[in-house]
Amino acid sequence: MAAAQAGDRRAYERVLADSVALIRSVARRRGAPVDLLDDVVQETLLTVHRVRHTYDPARSYDAWLAAIADRRAIDTLRSHGRRSHREVHDELAFEHYAEHDDASAETERRQRAQHLHAAIAELPPRQREAVQNLGIAEQSLAEAAAHTGRNEGALKVNLHRALKTLRERLRGEP
Amino acid sequence: MSADLSQQHLIEALGAELAPVRRLAPPWLRALGWLAVVAITAAVLLVHHGAGPMLQRWALAPDVAWSNLAAAVTAICAAWAACELAVPGRSRAWVWLPVPSALLWAGASGWGCLRGMLDPAAVIAGGPPAYDCITFIVGFSLPLSALLIWLLRRACPLRPVLTAILLGLASAAGAATLMAIFHPIDAAATDLLAHALAVCFVIAANAALGNRLLSRH
Repeated sequence: MAAAQAGDRRAYERVLADSVALIRSVARRRGAPVDLLDDVVQETLLTVHRVRHTYDPARSYDAWLAAIADRRAIDTLRSHGRRSHREVHDELAFEHYAEHDDASAETERRQRAQHLHAAIAELPPRQREAVQNLGIAEQSLAEAAAHTGRNEGALKVNLHRALKTLRERLRGEP
Repeated sequence: MSADLSQQHLIEALGAELAPVRRLAPPWLRALGWLAVVAITAAVLLVHHGAGPMLQRWALAPDVAWSNLAAAVTAICAAWAACELAVPGRSRAWVWLPVPSALLWAGASGWGCLRGMLDPAAVIAGGPPAYDCITFIVGFSLPLSALLIWLLRRACPLRPVLTAILLGLASAAGAATLMAIFHPIDAAATDLLAHALAVCFVIAANAALGNRLLSRH
């Protein structure tokens, strides 16, 4: 990580890849179910990237990483808990009231589209740009990079962040 | 498999975005920066008001001297502990660092109050000075808190509320230390109450807002 702080990309990618096992282990110890482990890993990797300047090479990397992973596991569990609390699963209703023939289905689809557009419009400019070019205009990374003047890596990261923001926002709606 | 691929993509994307970073200064050094601002303010107040009246108060009532000294040590310890806690992986035990001095601060102030009640000749604070206490502690705590928040946000406070409580304690103790330079009233009951209210208000306000102010990450 010390080399990564100096800008060594290969060392950085190696240390991030090697960190995944520890992140998963911390998340499991915190009680995260298997289907949430990847969310915790992604959130932790994004946080590590943002706060890599706080790592002190004189100290343990594992302790530093484990503290971040533990916090992200708690956040993910809380967010998942809030979502589960709001959602109601009624299997009978799903079976008996298929929504494709429902008269209100079209209206609901339109409303969902409006919510999605509103949520995209509220994204920070760089995230919105990534969604519009890669997601909506279906440009390739190279095309989007040429169109926006940003590098492909930055576009990928912005798309990841945008999808995370949109997931949280849309899940949070009644 | 797709999750592994997605992680691999994310790692590659983060690698592509990598730029060299300047390492965060050690917590003690960042705390020292904040304390330097408090010390400069104290020096300005000492030049303006002189050290004589404060030393005279200390000679007349040693518990006031202990209380002022304990407030200063609390400010130092709480600021240091907040800076340590804001770095991932640091021990939670740092939270205890300012506790002994904070207890001494409360104890010495309480003892002064008790002495004031037992001694009929002791000076009892009226309304306006007690009101001034609150205004000064809260007023000075605001910029001190803002400066410490700015310093802590550069780190990564994973326990934002606990860190905010410590920064509130550091700011309130720092403001109380500065006030001791020119505050002419002995530790009478109303005065002590005003101090306690102001300190609690600063800590509670920081704790309430801490999550929003510090959880940038």
